Amino acid sequence: MEKVEIDAKGMHYTPLNEMIREAVRNGAKEIILDNVIGQRFIADGLKADVTIRINGVAGGDLGMFMNGPTCIVNGNCDHAPGNTMDGGTIVIHGSAGDAAAHSMRGGKLFVKNNIGYRGGIHMKQYEEERKPVLVVGGSSHAFLGEYMAGGLILVLGIGQEDPAKDRGIGSGIHGGMIVIRGEVKDELLGVGARKAEFGEKELEMITPYVEEFCKYFDTEPSGLLDMNYTCIVPASTRPFAGKYTWE
Amino acid sequence: MCGIIGVIDRKRALMDGSSIRDALSLMNERGSGEGAGYAAYGIYPDYQDCYAIHVFFDNLVEPKSRVEEMLHKWGRIVHQEAIPTYEQDGLKKSHIPWRYFFKPYSDLMAGSTTPEDDVMKYIVMETNSNIQGALIFSSGKNMGVFKASGWPEDVANFYRIEDYKGYIWLAHNRYPTNTPGWWGGAHPFNLLDWAVVHNGEITSYGTNRRYVESNGYTCSMFTDTEVVAYLFDLLGRRHGLPEDIVVKALAPPFWDEIDNMPEKEQELNHAIRLTYGPALMNGPFAIVVATHEGIVGFTDRIKLRPLVIGENGNRLYISSEEAAIRVMDPEVQNIHMPRAGEPVIGRLNI
Repeated sequence: MEKVEIDAKGMHYTPLNEMIREAVRNGAKEIILDNVIGQRFIADGLKADVTIRINGVAGGDLGMFMNGPTCIVNGNCDHAPGNTMDGGTIVIHGSAGDAAAHSMRGGKLFVKNNIGYRGGIHMKQYEEERKPVLVVGGSSHAFLGEYMAGGLILVLGIGQEDPAKDRGIGSGIHGGMIVIRGEVKDELLGVGARKAEFGEKELEMITPYVEEFCKYFDTEPSGLLDMNYTCIVPASTRPFAGKYTWE
Repeated sequence: MCGIIGVIDRKRALMDGSSIRDALSLMNERGSGEGAGYAAYGIYPDYQDCYAIHVFFDNLVEPKSRVEEMLHKWGRIVHQEAIPTYEQDGLKKSHIPWRYFFKPYSDLMAGSTTPEDDVMKYIVMETNSNIQGALIFSSGKNMGVFKASGWPEDVANFYRIEDYKGYIWLAHNRYPTNTPGWWGGAHPFNLLDWAVVHNGEITSYGTNRRYVESNGYTCSMFTDTEVVAYLFDLLGRRHGLPEDIVVKALAPPFWDEIDNMPEKEQELNHAIRLTYGPALMNGPFAIVVATHEGIVGFTDRIKLRPLVIGENGNRLYISSEEAAIRVMDPEVQNIHMPRAGEPVIGRLNI
């Protein structure tokens, strides 16, 4: 049983996830979910080598705590895809809601179009071996990378004049890096964030993720591999030292 | 949490309540079965000149005679009846929903440019603060709110919401957090023509409440959303501000954003913030407000609650989740999310 198809029409997320788990137990390598409409928690906590194709609008917290699977969404996602994800890949052929990649601690999340507010909030990493990556093709909104503790957020701004539109970028950031296509106005940086030089080393670091993004969405990477990026990093590892406690 | 959805047909084509019931049920995860409700505009064409007063009575003796005593003093009851309800296994009937179609005498209220509305507002405030066992939860013309404690589909089936046809619908699925779930605390909240559904918390409730109470409103529902209906009535009806300006007063830009605006815009935003400081709402919220002319949706200034927009021809949808909109209209187009504090307005166009 290599390939399993499930019609999710009118189905609650609990039986749907039970069917996914059963298919995985029976050795499925590819699961196709049709008529998905807002079912939450798809593939949550799933540890397996499997590709899940989701046709429709995925509900909140897609791939939460997931470790290993690849989820491909043909449609938009509601809030927080990749929430606290451990490993694996999520590819969204559409846009995602608020708090995409919320607390993600491993794996990769690729969004073709835009994300909502607080993308990559509190992403974290364990040294270099467990580093989560969020790549956004279009634009992001306020508080991108809020309280970020690790990982990489890359906003490519394809077809956008202003990829990172709103205030509070990297508010409270104390680890990791945010890379945004083009210029970013100083007043959009949050407390604890500062701009750093985007050099050859950084370009080399983002190149495989740009190429992977372009592979999924059938785009040409060459126009995206130049020095026209802004790099945002923590000003310190303790942005709020002294704010709530005295030493 | 809480789930909200609203729709307007800009050409006034009527929709029955079955599809918004299904859309709201899709968001059951956003509620806890302790409150759901619907508001619909255009449902009482036979009585379109009357105020449709929906009341929860605890019994039909004392509170009902006291309400009617007041109605007889202030105007004429054109028609009255029990709101038809149908027993549901999952819903306990805690009150008796009743409706009056009522015409106030317009010469009884001095100094008002909208005397009938002010008579009606007075009756609502008096009833809800002083008549034990009666609660007016809907008081607009040719519109009505239907709500109770229960899951969205149970509340809808309790009122057979599919029997009503409106050109604007709002619906709400409640997850009570700070205050108990009870029939009066379910959304939509309504006063006169205004109906409000809200996901979130108004943490500035104390300030906002003092402001509306100093302007003649009485908060009696034990929950924050009530003030939004009164703020819209005060700013929108009595002060005559257009919806986008009301939203600017309730969810204004930050001072540093105002400082970066062109001079004229700066001046306007300064004036609004200074005049309407006590109307500013803090805390996480996504809100949809309706009148007979249209709907407006907006979120708090840092967008701590979700809001999604969709369109299809004359229809504009505003909801907490895209999937809910797709349940109502699988062919919906132009799905997008408004920015924080940005009003999304759907007006009648006929």
